[in-house]
Amino acid sequence: MNDKKLIITGVIIFIFILIFPFLYNLGGTTEFIDPVLSEKAKAAKFCVVPKEDMKVEHMQILDVWRDTVVRKGERVYVNSDGKKFTMSLSTGENSCLGCHNNKAEFCDRCHDYASVRPYCWDCHTDPKEIK
Amino acid sequence: MENSRRKFLKVAGASALGMGMAGTAVRAIASGSGNKPKTMKNDNALTAKHWGMVIDTRKFKSHKDVQKLIDVCHKIHNVPDFEYLGEHKQQMHEIKWMWEEEYKHAFTDLNYKYVNKRVEHLPFLVLCNHCENPPCVKACPTKATFKRDDGIVSMDFHRCIGCRFCMAACPYGSRSFNFRDPRAALNLKEETVSGFPTRMKGVVEKCNFCAERLAIGKKPACVEASNGAIAFGDLEDPESDVRKLLESNYTIRRKQGMGTEPSVYYIV
Ligand code: HEC
Ligand code: HEC
Ligand code: HEC
Repeated sequence: MNDKKLIITGVIIFIFILIFPFLYNLGGTTEFIDPVLSEKAKAAKFCVVPKEDMKVEHMQILDVWRDTVVRKGERVYVNSDGKKFTMSLSTGENSCLGCHNNKAEFCDRCHDYASVRPYCWDCHTDPKEIK
Repeated sequence: MENSRRKFLKVAGASALGMGMAGTAVRAIASGSGNKPKTMKNDNALTAKHWGMVIDTRKFKSHKDVQKLIDVCHKIHNVPDFEYLGEHKQQMHEIKWMWEEEYKHAFTDLNYKYVNKRVEHLPFLVLCNHCENPPCVKACPTKATFKRDDGIVSMDFHRCIGCRFCMAACPYGSRSFNFRDPRAALNLKEETVSGFPTRMKGVVEKCNFCAERLAIGKKPACVEASNGAIAFGDLEDPESDVRKLLESNYTIRRKQGMGTEPSVYYIV
């Protein structure tokens, strides 16, 4: 057997490929940076539903919102405290981004950390990023 | 020891009952703080049983009069214009919610051998007809296109899978497909406006009778910009502007013979 060198090189390359994903992730920041509440949201004090529910349910709420707006033609949400919201991701003062007007420091921080990439922004726009 | 089994069952039964009740009680308390959330229309929303449009073509003199309205519509809905990119016109890639058409193309079934000279060269403004019997709705396999209660043939972009059956079904060519990323053309122009989302590659789009404006008490943008050349109202209300116009003028509709019952009428 005079292929020893070749085999060892092969094994090393194989092992490298095997552990590459772990090595690759070593350098990345996995630290969670708290999302920043915008001044406007601070002034409003309350979200659509209580914060803890919002954390886990905002995707479902948005899903219901878009169906209600597009299919039922209703655009106003009245929460259990009787407060009204515009059922929109980014249109109007009282929409998600209308109040959380710092998408990059709020929505994106969480999503980047959790590796969530909502495809919504392929169509929906952040008023801050366009004129 | 003798009746321990009996005792156990009693206790188990009682606690099961108790647990069930506790759940209900907790839920009752939790929801007791407020009312159930609900959704509704804006107070100033414009509503109708059947939205319709009457276009008075006598008030459109030239290409410019029509183009002005097209531009307004395309601007507020972020409709991309690939021609701007300096590419020669590729019809397949063109996105249009409204466009200009000649009489003979718009009214193929009324294109008699000898046609009135004035009408023959009039610029006709055409758009989605919001048909009473929309063939696109029947063709759509995901129900992304549907007819609302107020007659608007609407699109749910979230459900569109880009199959283009609706485009094949529409006899008016009112629908466009995004073969390319529409934002490529919008960004260059730096003209993306807020208020309406853009679209993405792979979905179909068309006129929505400005549903997003009706919802906040505004008439469609083309109607507003038309200086009275376009009327918009409830076709089922005998007192509405559109019904009065239809009663006092002779009007035509596109491809009447198809049985689609368009909601857009033209005074010629
Ligand atoms: C293909 C493009 C597209 C994508 C992708 C998309 N939307 Fe939409 N969305 C639209 C359009 C167009 C409307 C209609 C706007 C109107 O009528 O005002 C809309 C309406 C909505 C509305 C109600 C009105 C508003 O202005 O927000 C909500 C809420 C919504 N979408 C949420 C979402 C969410 C959440 C996602 C991602 C999970 C998403 N959308 C992805 C195109 C899109
Ligand atoms: C009128 C302002 C307002 C609107 C509109 C609004 N929010 Fe909030 N949101 C807040 C406030 C204020 C908080 C913090 C609540 C607290 O600390 O109790 C919050 C909290 C949240 C949180 C939890 C953040 C955390 O740190 O855990 C999420 C997620 C969230 N909002 C998402 C949304 C989404 C999605 C929408 C649209 C469907 C929306 N918000 C609409 C004001 C708003
Ligand atoms: C507290 C952290 C946090 C904040 C703040 C937050 N999100 Fe999320 N969001 C998440 C997580 C985590 C998920 C993924 C949940 C899952 O997959 O089950 C998610 C998922 C979503 C989804 C569904 C995506 C998909 O592909 O299914 C949408 C839409 C969304 N978020 C919108 C928003 C918007 C808009 C905001 C800002 C107004 C926001 N989120 C703020 C944590 C957050």
